[in-house]
Amino acid sequence: MASKGICDRVAIVGMGCTKFGEHWNRSASDLLVDAVQEAYGSAGIEPDNVDAYWLGTTGSGISGLTLSEPLKIQYKPVTRLENMCATGSEAIRNAAYAVASGAYDLVMAVGVEKLKDSGFSGLTGSAPPGDGTESGMTAPANFSLLAPAYAEKYGVDLETMRDVLTQIAYKNHYNGARNEKAQFQREVPIEKINASPKVAGMLGIMDCSGVSDGSAAAVICRAEDAHKYNDNPIFIKALSFVAGPSEGAKRQDYDFTTFPEVVESARDAYVQAGIEDPREQISMAEVHDCFTPTELVLMEDLGFSPRGQAWKDTMDGRFDLDGEQPVNPDGGLKSFGHPIGASGLRMMYEMWLQLRGEAGERQIADPKLGLTHNLGGAPGRCVSFVSVVGL
Amino acid sequence: MSGIVRYGSYVPFNRIQRSAIGAGRGERAAASYDEDSASMAVEASREALRELPEGAAVDTVAFASTSAPYSEKLNAATLQAATNLPKSVTALDLGGSTRSGLSALLAGIDMASAGRTVLVAASEVVVGAPSGPRESGGGDAAAAFVLGGNGTEPVARLIGRASCTEEVLDVWKSPGMPFAKQWEERFGADVYTPLLVETFGRALADAGVSASDLSKVVLDGTNARVFRGFPRPAGVAPEQILDGLAGTVGRAGSAHAGLVLASALDGASAGDRIAVAVVADGVDVAVFEVTDAIDGGRPKHSVASWVESKRNDLAYTTYLKWREVLPFEPPRRPDPDRPAAPPMQRAERWKFGFLGSRCNRCGNTNLPPQRVCVVCQAVDDSTVEPYADGECRISTYTLDRLAYSLQPPVIGAVVDFDKGGRMLCQLTDVDPDNVGIGDELEMTFRRLYTAGGVHNYFWKARPKR
Repeated sequence: MASKGICDRVAIVGMGCTKFGEHWNRSASDLLVDAVQEAYGSAGIEPDNVDAYWLGTTGSGISGLTLSEPLKIQYKPVTRLENMCATGSEAIRNAAYAVASGAYDLVMAVGVEKLKDSGFSGLTGSAPPGDGTESGMTAPANFSLLAPAYAEKYGVDLETMRDVLTQIAYKNHYNGARNEKAQFQREVPIEKINASPKVAGMLGIMDCSGVSDGSAAAVICRAEDAHKYNDNPIFIKALSFVAGPSEGAKRQDYDFTTFPEVVESARDAYVQAGIEDPREQISMAEVHDCFTPTELVLMEDLGFSPRGQAWKDTMDGRFDLDGEQPVNPDGGLKSFGHPIGASGLRMMYEMWLQLRGEAGERQIADPKLGLTHNLGGAPGRCVSFVSVVGL
Repeated sequence: MSGIVRYGSYVPFNRIQRSAIGAGRGERAAASYDEDSASMAVEASREALRELPEGAAVDTVAFASTSAPYSEKLNAATLQAATNLPKSVTALDLGGSTRSGLSALLAGIDMASAGRTVLVAASEVVVGAPSGPRESGGGDAAAAFVLGGNGTEPVARLIGRASCTEEVLDVWKSPGMPFAKQWEERFGADVYTPLLVETFGRALADAGVSASDLSKVVLDGTNARVFRGFPRPAGVAPEQILDGLAGTVGRAGSAHAGLVLASALDGASAGDRIAVAVVADGVDVAVFEVTDAIDGGRPKHSVASWVESKRNDLAYTTYLKWREVLPFEPPRRPDPDRPAAPPMQRAERWKFGFLGSRCNRCGNTNLPPQRVCVVCQAVDDSTVEPYADGECRISTYTLDRLAYSLQPPVIGAVVDFDKGGRMLCQLTDVDPDNVGIGDELEMTFRRLYTAGGVHNYFWKARPKR
């Protein structure tokens, strides 16, 4: 009842990532060229070396042509995929399994999203023709349901809850301020976070991730080939992905304080990686902080904090850059920005930098295992991805 | 003898003070941004259909309005679908004059005499030109009647009637005109008053009663001046004339006579005789006699209870925005998608009838209906479970200030039904500052939005009224 995994059989040997942000003068194609060229350079390879590509994007193009056309990829397989906000991670997972199978030797996973051309606030989707009975609620509204539910369940008063959410936003902006590729590179004062205009429920604008443009790419091969391309590869320990049956949206026993999909994907990933105590064994994590309460709940679903304790761990600084278990050291979705299809690869890019000791001012001391977590959907109805990587 | 077997009424939650318009005293009822004459007709019809007497099976549906949401596409079909009436019904839309509500009632009684059982719903959203008398004097409401003949015990029998039709330019609205116009009231009164007196007399003669035998007289028409000269020649005393709800609801067009008749029935006793007259492009008069069945035949909500249940601080600019009279800055969000015909057709029983499913294997309820049970994963093994009248409450909720709405913030709630089942839906007729977990809700049929000329109807939850 679980994936067998490919622990230590596949490596990442090169990565690229554009700056995320409002790239008014850059198209999705431009961003792809930038990220892919950087990844080629990082792995020291030529386009000819790559056997196949996986491109993740939710809405910035359809089909593999979205990638092959701007890069002039010469008659190679390019798979375009989508799995909501976990799209970028899905590109990694499918590309990694392809080399593990032996079908290809060297592949590339790429993610891109161009959100700022729409002219709208927040995310816009293109749903298939429907019957018009959907609730019509936006992403911040759906995720805002987490905060009061968590506060109620664990007896946290709403003022303290506000402080916890603010701390998460503050921390991620603090980290992003130390990242030249982040969308927002400034620390944001506590008062400003608290006073930001309300978007949904308890959530203000400063509780929401940045809507941005960006692209990231990874070069992937089997572990035995890794040193052909790079002296300092990183190795995949686990890749897990779960699509839930949407029980929470339909069953009264779901209480909006957890993502069962995350719990399951984390459990699966820890089995693959042989991790028994994620709180102690995971050195650092990039998690899906689409909204501040999401990060809070994820700390418990991923096993970093016991149930009902993540708010205390957050306030105690456990997840700060200099804490025991830094979370979102690159700024996260909150500060680095969230160009949907690129985000999962951006998370992996930070693992790449940290594990190789290239994270500069943000460098975490001697990280052993890193985790990336990517979520798509809404509480009660979502998909979840967890990876574990290391040296 | 044929008559009214059941009745129901509906007055929307919002009121606008006439002082806010700068036009006199009292307040008028205003359909919310998510209501139209079809959705309000559904609400009134649910009241009338809730407890039909044995043997009464509706086989005909008529919808009367001068503000029908569609000028082509059967509005009565929306009514049929949302009330889960059988597809074998005969359905028709009526309109063209605010007299059409009472005309439809009389036609329905004729059909009942021919053996049919008829649901007649009259509903109106009255949009007058800003600062004109139709805007301030109008009101939005609906009334519905189930009419039956032999074999059904009516709460009120029709004992007499008369009609008169007059080609006269009183109120008119041509296609493309945003608002109806009305000729000088003094002219209308001069034409109509004698017609009313004459027709009223014929109706009483048909009923074999005299004016003094009437407990209540309901007078309604496009021109209030018509009634000034009516009581004396008609032999009607002022105290017989029922309050026309002008101060609390306003004149609800084709629904109005039915609404006031419903308020008369709310307070009637067996043996009471009630005359209803509507003056518009002529006159219809109906005389009813209330029967012993009235005490077991009243709807859940009286007209008075609807009138009392309200929020009365609607801003005039908000009202004008809701009626699409005042252009406004849209949210920086995509316009909602036009719902598509085939998915709507497939989902009809959910979208309109609000029917969920109950798993035959584990008993779990699924909203919307699921082919595979969310609890036990049984496949294609369920029965239909009705939810429109399901008791429900707020499990949790949020205010969505980003979502597209004519009345932000959207209040999204996780709604749990007492009989099982959960859905995420919008709340309506609710004060965002006065909503809490555990609040009891009831479901209401609404128009979520209109896109590409397609009205997107679905259900929302509201605090109990």
